Amino acid sequence: MAGTALRGRLSWQLAELVEAVAETPRVKTIIFNVPSWPGHRAGQHVDVRLTAEDGYQAERSYSIASATDGTRVALTVQRLDDGEVSPYLTDELQPGDKIELRGPIGGYFVWEPSEDGPLMLVAGGSGIVPLMAMIRTRAAADDDTETRLLYSSRSQDDVIYRHELKRLSGNGLTVVHALTASQPPGWTGYARRVDAEMLAEVAPPPAERPRFYACGPTPFVEAVAESLVQLGHDPLAIKTERFGPTGH
Amino acid sequence: MDELMLDGNAIAGLLQELFAVEMTTAIGTCGGCGAAGPVGAAHVYRGPGVVLRCPHCDNVLAKIVKNDSRLWIDLKGIRTLEVAI
Repeated sequence: MAGTALRGRLSWQLAELVEAVAETPRVKTIIFNVPSWPGHRAGQHVDVRLTAEDGYQAERSYSIASATDGTRVALTVQRLDDGEVSPYLTDELQPGDKIELRGPIGGYFVWEPSEDGPLMLVAGGSGIVPLMAMIRTRAAADDDTETRLLYSSRSQDDVIYRHELKRLSGNGLTVVHALTASQPPGWTGYARRVDAEMLAEVAPPPAERPRFYACGPTPFVEAVAESLVQLGHDPLAIKTERFGPTGH
Repeated sequence: MDELMLDGNAIAGLLQELFAVEMTTAIGTCGGCGAAGPVGAAHVYRGPGVVLRCPHCDNVLAKIVKNDSRLWIDLKGIRTLEVAI
């Protein structure tokens, strides 16, 4: 499969919406059936293309949220109020509707269960999506790689996959939340933005040679990557994916 | 730091369209500073076209402009590209 995923031209194909699940007030998971889907690796994305009646086309990239599961592909999309594509995907698209997509795409920001651990995932907001694919792939493969997720959200209501992350914790997976804007009563976790001190507390030490995957808005990813290098981690072990100031 | 900066992952589809192979894991050597690294880690700026810059020295590695029927590719800033086959 790796060979076929690596080579070859990408072609647009029709994907039918099977199910939509609200994750937070602004975020939805949309699950498609893609008949010729070849399978994917955790961290890959798809390009989505919408065509208006007058022929105008808009294209966006969305990370795949699910582990490989036959022809089903789940995307998790944050609704951007002034967006061209995301409001259509989150508000208009109904089960049975079809859109065009191509993929799986990418190979750099990808994790395989066979890689040497420990694994340190750092997510800002909807940057959790490709990292969730890694966590789900790890769970589906019964992989026990020591994995820590540091996940920054504005508030508890903005935490995507909150219940599933709680359920998957254990078996070597530790989930640490940072709530930057507001915290529920009695919150004892981090209540500030991710910084070097927090990363030093949560991440395995450099001597354990952790592999890092950081995904989120560009300023978040830049701050995380700089802090990790300052803390003495190997820059080549830090993989990053930035999605700009407001999301994909 | 420019908040609009992205990275090579964001244009993986466009690059695969061009080269017909997965390109974010390709190793590019910067024609400016000589640093080698994966295309996925290159800095990317989007406007009317796409500009790739070296994450080490900010040298322009490549420019890609696309319309409905044609693509223009300027690879002047890349010394070599090493691709898995």
